[in-house]
Amino acid sequence: MNQDWTRATAHAIREAVKAGETSAESVTQVYLDRIAAVDPQVMAYNEVWTDAALAMAQAVDARISAGEDPGPLAGVPIGLKDLICTTEGHTTCSSKILAGYQSPFDATCVEKLRAQGAVFLGKLNMDEFAMGSSTENSSTHPTCNPFDLDSVPGGSSGGSAASVSAGECAFSLGSDTGGSIRQPAALCGCVGLKPTYGRVSRWGLVAFASSLDQIGPLTKDVRDQALALNAICGHDPRDSTSAPLEVPDFTQCLTGDVEGLTIGVPKEYFAEGLGDEVRAKVEAALDVLRGAGAKTVEVSLPHAEYAVAVYYIICTAEASANLARFDGVRYGFRHPAAKDMREMYVMSKSEGFGPEVQRRIMLGTYALSSGYYDAYYLKAQKARALIKRDFDQAYQHCDIIATPTTPTPAFKFGAKTGDPLEMYLSDIYTISLNLYGGPGISVPCGLSADGLPIGFQLMGKVFDEAAILRAAHAYEQRSGFQLDVPALAAS
Amino acid sequence: MSEITIADVEYVAGLAQLSLSDAAKEKLAKELGGILSYIEKLNELDTEGIEPMMHAMPLTNVLREDRVEPSLPRELALKNAPNTDGEYFLVPKILGGSE
Repeated sequence: MNQDWTRATAHAIREAVKAGETSAESVTQVYLDRIAAVDPQVMAYNEVWTDAALAMAQAVDARISAGEDPGPLAGVPIGLKDLICTTEGHTTCSSKILAGYQSPFDATCVEKLRAQGAVFLGKLNMDEFAMGSSTENSSTHPTCNPFDLDSVPGGSSGGSAASVSAGECAFSLGSDTGGSIRQPAALCGCVGLKPTYGRVSRWGLVAFASSLDQIGPLTKDVRDQALALNAICGHDPRDSTSAPLEVPDFTQCLTGDVEGLTIGVPKEYFAEGLGDEVRAKVEAALDVLRGAGAKTVEVSLPHAEYAVAVYYIICTAEASANLARFDGVRYGFRHPAAKDMREMYVMSKSEGFGPEVQRRIMLGTYALSSGYYDAYYLKAQKARALIKRDFDQAYQHCDIIATPTTPTPAFKFGAKTGDPLEMYLSDIYTISLNLYGGPGISVPCGLSADGLPIGFQLMGKVFDEAAILRAAHAYEQRSGFQLDVPALAAS
Repeated sequence: MSEITIADVEYVAGLAQLSLSDAAKEKLAKELGGILSYIEKLNELDTEGIEPMMHAMPLTNVLREDRVEPSLPRELALKNAPNTDGEYFLVPKILGGSE
């Protein structure tokens, strides 16, 4: 009876609920109590759906009582990043321009999770429209790193990562355009996976950069990743970019064994700029995988140094087009003082979008403007092709690629807000993968001397989530690294 | 160093339908100049003959059957609009003339 469900994995909760050791309702209540106790410090949630969550949990319990199969995520309480559309509550993208917005439909991934018996606890904070690496660009409030409340949780899925680490949900969904799942997962000590572009339907995901965005889970362990991916992956006719491919049962690849696996280690990712502590922990993680029977080879991704530049042309160009829809006509904020159409557009956008969103709209508009298109946008797309070619060539020599997830552990609030470029460079190890399109996972590999989590990244070939899950699981089984949240232990 | 002038910022803000304070214009001119200078790194790359990569997934002409599907009911489609008459979205006057 004394099991602390807030520290339990989704698979442990699911088993206990199915076996009748506890009920979905009581697990959900434990999580709601935990949120009430620690969220005033962590501030991961934008809104908590107390009544709706308990009603969902009761429905799961009723199915179990009736002898029906409650689904593979029976009674698992989860949180959703606030750019995933839900008919329940609001979908705000942590932006003033969408304050109060109630989606008329559920995102495909939400429908799928609901059908599997998951319980929704509420919506999680983020950088406005997923633009940022620290969640400091939320229009409502910052989210704190559960390991150090004076440090950022990373971003843009900062609420998704902090809530998992602080025991405020069993797992969460985030979105990753340039590292927005993997980077905060690394900084908060949880497991974060960006699936292959096209693996998860983007229907109902508010668009930031459509050729890069992908929804993915943040979890307490690798097995929960497999469970969550089984739930959300798959072709969706409503997203024409979703892949018409069969999805394997990802739990099958968790064999605990990496015998015969070749891991590429790109020298460019271990060069100048990588913090000593991160380097040491990532190298130790590679030793663990070698000890488990994997082989490592040096590979080269020579265009890695151009990834940030390519990314900030492509993502801002796509964002400037996507965000044009927030014009104050069909939804979102309309400035009350606007007297004509032009004023309505200009005043609504200028008041509704925060500074980073406006900066990126400006950069993207500039890059697409007459006379600059070839020099910036077309050039970036050609450079993107070179980055993809690097990956294709590297994968001729290895099955997966291992790197650090971030150059340093979590930084303090305000440390990088003065210089946008410095903030952009905190995603230097994660961005290339989005440009290539493949899957990547960040796995915790220890703590810094200051007690902050460090993560390492495993990147796979397109549609080969299985290989990175297999290696991440084998590492996790041997690492003995346990998620613990010292800053909140007393609360 | 890319030189971005206040006039450049004003021109782009016009295209993007944003209105900026004088202080914001100055700040953006400096920041965009800095970011674009960093991006000019791409000029080191020889991309002659390289096909631009527009998408991670090489899907083309994704078609579906031409079949009537249920669509969003009107009241739901209008639910989040700042102003409607119950049937249409209402916006301020587009053409000039008396109020």
